[in-house]
Amino acid sequence: MNLSPELAQIRDEIKGYALEYGLDPFETIFEILDFDQINEVASYSGFPTRYPHWSFGMEYEHLKKSYAYGLHKIYEMVINNDPSYAYLLENNAMVDQKIVIAHVYGHTDFFKNNYWFSATSRKMMDGMANHGTIIRRYAEKYGHDLVESFLDVALSIDDLIDFHSLFIKRNPSIRPVPPEEEDEEPPEVRLKSKYYMDDFVNPPSFVEEQLKKIADTKSQMMKFPPHPEKDILMFLIDNSPMENWQKVLLSIIRDEAYYFAPQRVSKIMNEGWASYWHSTMMTEKCLKDSELIDYADHHSGTLASHPGSLNPYKLGIEIWKDIEDRWNKGKFGSEYDECDNMEELRTWDKELGLGRQKIFEVRRVANDITFIDNYLTKEFCEKHKLFTYKYNDVTGMYEISDREFNVIKQKLLFQLTNFGQPIIHVVDGNYKNRSELYLVHSHEGIDLDVNYARDTIQNIYQIWKRTVHLETRLNEKGKLFTYDGKDHIELNINN
Amino acid sequence: MIAKIEQDHSRFKQIVRGKIKRELKKYITQTELIGRKGKNIVSIPVPRIELPRFRFDGRQQGGVGQGDGDVGTVLGAGDPKDGSGHAGDTPGEHMLEVEITLEELAQILGEELELPNIEPRGKKSITSEKEKYTGISRVGPESLRHFKRTYKEALRRMISSGTYDADNPVIVPIREDRRYRTWKITSIPESSAVIIYMMDVSGSMGPEQKEIVRLESFWIDTWLRSQYDRIDMRYIVHDAAAKEVDQETFFHLREGGGTKISSAYKLCNQIISEQFHPDDWNIYLFHFSDGDNWDGGDTAECINILENDLLPRSNLFCYGQVKSAYGSGDFLYGIQEYFPNEPRIVTSKINSKDEIYESIRAFLGKGR
Repeated sequence: MNLSPELAQIRDEIKGYALEYGLDPFETIFEILDFDQINEVASYSGFPTRYPHWSFGMEYEHLKKSYAYGLHKIYEMVINNDPSYAYLLENNAMVDQKIVIAHVYGHTDFFKNNYWFSATSRKMMDGMANHGTIIRRYAEKYGHDLVESFLDVALSIDDLIDFHSLFIKRNPSIRPVPPEEEDEEPPEVRLKSKYYMDDFVNPPSFVEEQLKKIADTKSQMMKFPPHPEKDILMFLIDNSPMENWQKVLLSIIRDEAYYFAPQRVSKIMNEGWASYWHSTMMTEKCLKDSELIDYADHHSGTLASHPGSLNPYKLGIEIWKDIEDRWNKGKFGSEYDECDNMEELRTWDKELGLGRQKIFEVRRVANDITFIDNYLTKEFCEKHKLFTYKYNDVTGMYEISDREFNVIKQKLLFQLTNFGQPIIHVVDGNYKNRSELYLVHSHEGIDLDVNYARDTIQNIYQIWKRTVHLETRLNEKGKLFTYDGKDHIELNINN
Repeated sequence: MIAKIEQDHSRFKQIVRGKIKRELKKYITQTELIGRKGKNIVSIPVPRIELPRFRFDGRQQGGVGQGDGDVGTVLGAGDPKDGSGHAGDTPGEHMLEVEITLEELAQILGEELELPNIEPRGKKSITSEKEKYTGISRVGPESLRHFKRTYKEALRRMISSGTYDADNPVIVPIREDRRYRTWKITSIPESSAVIIYMMDVSGSMGPEQKEIVRLESFWIDTWLRSQYDRIDMRYIVHDAAAKEVDQETFFHLREGGGTKISSAYKLCNQIISEQFHPDDWNIYLFHFSDGDNWDGGDTAECINILENDLLPRSNLFCYGQVKSAYGSGDFLYGIQEYFPNEPRIVTSKINSKDEIYESIRAFLGKGR
């Protein structure tokens, strides 16, 4: 359903404010949905045309029940697409709609201008519909159960992607080339020199080193893959003995994973940015006196955090405000950092007024990791009472473990790195020269969930169709998990 | 926007119930939402299926939170990230499980006990027919012409034959382009059933025995209701004489005196003859007693009625014998002796509440 004339007018008004403030959003199409429709669309992550899979039904069940018991209500959904699509809930109060529309323009500005989104498809509305059609067609051709089971496998490894690879220009045709030793000239490693200088320009140690380097490169090229590959999905698509439809399916899952990845690495910033702008626009421009209480209620509801947990909306907006404040007052740079007069620090104000400019710069270049890394300060942690928590084996309870700034920051960054998922590479696709797959988990201090790891290996086996290994560490010891199609084997290794 | 989520949703529910894709069953986790319904705090079970993936051991992971408290302050047993940390912070309030309808319950019961769906009695079940316009055909009456499809066909033909002129987009359908709506006749079976419960209320049936009967008939009722559109229930109580009563009385009445089971069977027979013609009705008979019948040849009389009148007319006759302190329990052996291989008779011995489950499976497991 389209916007009512009244809402359309509000939309135009708010869009006007957004542009005035210097936001640069995508053209945004608003649609009004009732609660059931919005739950449905939300279950499909905003794309009503997605492929069929029970996992969306699971989301729906959750949303439906939370809505029915008044625990949770989706006010709005917005899709990174050009034009962007935003869905509003039908029976929202007018003031809610205002907040939500302002919020949406914050998001669509972020989608359009944040660098990390620049490599995503902006025609994903169509893309998802195409994916849906392809998968439905396969389901009819090869059988629903077969396709669904393969989707289960594919979805269980859909985060084995390399988020940064979107920005790497690759030559996809790089493949190990078998060396053709007979017709190869011995490589020239000696530098040019007069004969009488040769012993000095090219001492034997140098020549040896050069030869070794060449041999190394060659053996590196012989490896498969030449370098550890983090985009395991791509590696599997390129190299597994799959049916064609399975390859297409896996490519679709990979494509969608990459599409959603930027949203996962900018959740704090993105929600914070949208909240910052809805609060700015509402309080400075479009709030009527009569709407104040409802606005405050809604706004505080959005930013509320359960005792103990961290709300990305809240963390985000507070950091944005903090950045703006610091750059307005000039609270940065070596002069500020080196000052140790508490009173001076507290009242520090150089009246630079660079805040707005700075936050626009940050919204262009940062993602959550750099956002936290660069702009989370000790003062901020203290002011907002952040802490880390951990599980206590003895009591079986979670408890507060630290309030030290560095520890908190490190923990936050750890949670954000690689979406908070373990980092795993394909190291060898021809292990033992038997086409076995060798994966390595870069252990960063936290062990894998062993049962899940085993089953995931088993799923990868279904694609690779040969033995799959995973090297990791468990309780400080090296471990190799192997699945050979029949049994799970667990070996202790030294690494 | 079509309700395509319905498919995914029902698929998910089927997996959770273990109906399909059992290999996923081990990934099901039960999370709960804590909500409010009126005054009560309710726990809303939300099953989730977590597909296996490489992930961290949650216990080692910990996280970052916000709020008051010193180092060592306990946050709760759940990971605060899940937002469920507030569960159970209001002691003494009543927690109810919700979100289960009788229909769902019956379905779950059926699946748990592996009860087969009941086959209606052959051709005797009534069906009604309904027409639905669902298809498209090349022939049909002009009044049912599907204009849009006809137009599309014409457009397709003109484009493919090259006669379509974008500057002058006139589409002229010819006879071959015409499409018509067609209908399908679907027959909807209308089956109806009657359950006649008979219970012994003689002096030997105490409150405990009645409780067992009440529980068991509730579950039987729930199951049969899920299988039939219309269901009628009749209740007969008997000691030495039988009478028809309403549901309320059936479960609460306590008479005394002797036991003459044949009286109930006669009354039952009479009700069937008068009200439920076996051609139109699926008839289920349940009889609960402690099996302590009157000695003077009444058991023989009962068997006679069963054999000649009740069995030929009913789908199923179930006899459940409840254990009581006084009963001899001979009636059960009488039936078992006389009808060793009669498929329409099911007997079961219910010694305690725990055996209700097995008893229901015995009664309804045949799908008759």
